[in-house]
Amino acid sequence: MPDQFLFAIEVMINGLMAGVLYALVALGFVLIFKSSGIFNYAQGVFALFAALTLVGLQEGQIPFSHLINAIFGTHIHHFGWHIHSVIAIAMTVAVMVLLAILVERYILRHLVNQPDIILFMATIGLAYFMEGFGDLMWGSEIKTLDIGLPQGGSFWIEENTAWLGGENFYGFFIDRLDIVAAIVAAILVLALTLFSQYTKQGRALRAVADDHQAALSVGISLRYIWVLVWAIAGIVALVAGIMWGSKSGVQFSLSLIALKALPVLMLGGFTSIPGAIVGGLIIGVGEKLFEFTIGAPFLGGATENWFAYVLALLFLVFRPQGLFGDKIIERV
Amino acid sequence: MKLKIATLAVGAVMAAAPVMADLVFPSLSYRTGPFAAGGIPFADGYSDYFTLLNERDGGIGGEAIRVPECETAYNTEKGVECYEALKGEGALVFQPLSTGITYQLIPKSAADDIPVHSMGYGRTSAKNGKVFSHVFNYPVNYWDGASVGVNHFKEQAGGSLEGKKITLLHFNGAYGKEPIPTLTKLAEVEGFDFNAIPIDYPGQEQKSQWLQIRRERPDYVLFWGWGVMNQVAVQEAANIRFNMENFMGIWWSGSENDVIPAGAGANGYKALQFHNVGSDFPVFADIQKYVVDAGKAAGAGDQVGTVLYNRGVYAAFLAAEAAATAQAATGNSSITAGDMRDAMEALEINEAKMAAAGLPGFGPTFTVTCENHGGGGMAAVSQWDAASQSWSLISDFSASDSSIVDPLIMADSAAYATENNLPERCN
Repeated sequence: MPDQFLFAIEVMINGLMAGVLYALVALGFVLIFKSSGIFNYAQGVFALFAALTLVGLQEGQIPFSHLINAIFGTHIHHFGWHIHSVIAIAMTVAVMVLLAILVERYILRHLVNQPDIILFMATIGLAYFMEGFGDLMWGSEIKTLDIGLPQGGSFWIEENTAWLGGENFYGFFIDRLDIVAAIVAAILVLALTLFSQYTKQGRALRAVADDHQAALSVGISLRYIWVLVWAIAGIVALVAGIMWGSKSGVQFSLSLIALKALPVLMLGGFTSIPGAIVGGLIIGVGEKLFEFTIGAPFLGGATENWFAYVLALLFLVFRPQGLFGDKIIERV
Repeated sequence: MKLKIATLAVGAVMAAAPVMADLVFPSLSYRTGPFAAGGIPFADGYSDYFTLLNERDGGIGGEAIRVPECETAYNTEKGVECYEALKGEGALVFQPLSTGITYQLIPKSAADDIPVHSMGYGRTSAKNGKVFSHVFNYPVNYWDGASVGVNHFKEQAGGSLEGKKITLLHFNGAYGKEPIPTLTKLAEVEGFDFNAIPIDYPGQEQKSQWLQIRRERPDYVLFWGWGVMNQVAVQEAANIRFNMENFMGIWWSGSENDVIPAGAGANGYKALQFHNVGSDFPVFADIQKYVVDAGKAAGAGDQVGTVLYNRGVYAAFLAAEAAATAQAATGNSSITAGDMRDAMEALEINEAKMAAAGLPGFGPTFTVTCENHGGGGMAAVSQWDAASQSWSLISDFSASDSSIVDPLIMADSAAYATENNLPERCN
């Protein structure tokens, strides 16, 4: 096969992998928007905070140590232990659930029946608060996240595909971390689907998503559902934080991954879990192929972010609710 | 009543008097936001060195030093606000620590008669003091960096880059595009193929760029990145098993932050530096004793000896030397920003001064003149050892190819002078 064709396939495969990572971030937005109509601006910061907490717990870092040292003149930083990744993840999940409870207790409960824009503004405030809180709690330095996930291109795939092309083709490059991310995303989506279809809480969540008033009238607790959905979104944020943090280290720019989720949401729809996945894949493949075929050769490169939003805007023109989103019809 | 008010006013003036007499070195820092990991060590180093001078030497020439800090979050608008807020406090020199902020301050600094020191960043052609009266970018600029980097690769290739391919992987903005004219010119002269691959901000996803590098197989890659872009680039280079011996970052892509997340994969990665690395210098023992152990450190005291902390120390050392030069020139310990500017234009950094400051061999020796605000344009190459988790210099400080760089600086600064109708200085 011609090398150029094989390179295009390689770009497409890597685009799919990148799309999975985008979808992981978008999923958190969808879960909250679907159940409460809130666009959670803080979702990127949740991923950051979850990853910071995971590394902090794993490495035995003393929370607020900088603050404690500044006030009391001490020099404490670490407890001196190292916790196994699985236990650290479980503890981080508990922290994210606690965070969901606090968000419901101190923010959402007081904003019931407020316009959507007020709730959106509240999440902006939450984002800034969480970023500062995370900084105070765990410090600003870049942290290495190592929970044993594989990194680097797969030798096996490279060696077993090199024969497809000529001497300039070295086999397909696929990052093993991306493969893990794809598997984790598939498990996550399957688990979320099973949860929403076959559990009492999942059905309650769907009922609230369909009609708040009707759900309340049959005895479903709105507060419980909000805690539940924010906790799930927190866990999804943890997964996204682990995958992205493994690539770049855990640092405050991790919150910017939310920028990658926006075109995915516009394309896939704000209310659809499959939409987030399909949207992520389309954006991932689309931006990478555009960069490969047009961006880099003719436009000087770095067109991916631009193309992702242009693609999303095009979809908005023809399908404002996104590919899988619910069509909103308001009767007057 | 009038007497009371007058008494209060006199009291206020008297209380303010010692503050007004301080030597003020504002710190435009960024301890928050996505670039905080790079901003914190620099700000700590900058502040801690001045604290050391206060605690150990009683300031500079008997004058106490004050370092008011203003958070820019690496945001140009906030940086300009910080400048406006602090310039009235008797600021002697501003170090914007951002190319974007520097560009905004170029006309303002001349109007306010306050010098700006953009050390290893900012507008490269500000080296031409005939055009830029208040901006200094000694000891080195980006074009020098490109030249020194290419010279290193040339030496590595056995003395010739003929037929080789060099790729510039860069931040898709003013900072990242700075070396392109120099590298284009160097490609013509040295006979290598040159191409540039941009990365959009923030650079968390670089798969396209590294697949392109994997396809095109350049012999060498130069890298102009900042923030998360650095960590991802080093990780992706390790992922495609690019030879780290042939991958070199500019000095803003060469700190511990940039390589530690990639683990063993980052071993051998190179970066240019314009000052030394590590903590094996007498000044750090003094900082530990007089500043950190005394509980007077600007930060947690855990950054001492890291690359960016050292850069902050070096920036403060150069500012302190210029202030001392100004005091000697005016015969007055209390100096103005105008005196400081004049002294920066007559600054000489030699080995004796560095040794006296506890920084022997820490940076290149250089002189600044009215015509040359950029110093000697010298940089060294450092390399990361993942096993010992440390950087070390693998070359001496060497000068850039002035026959390539200087004409480009003259052309760019002349265009700026024409555009802004500036008369030529230093005649």
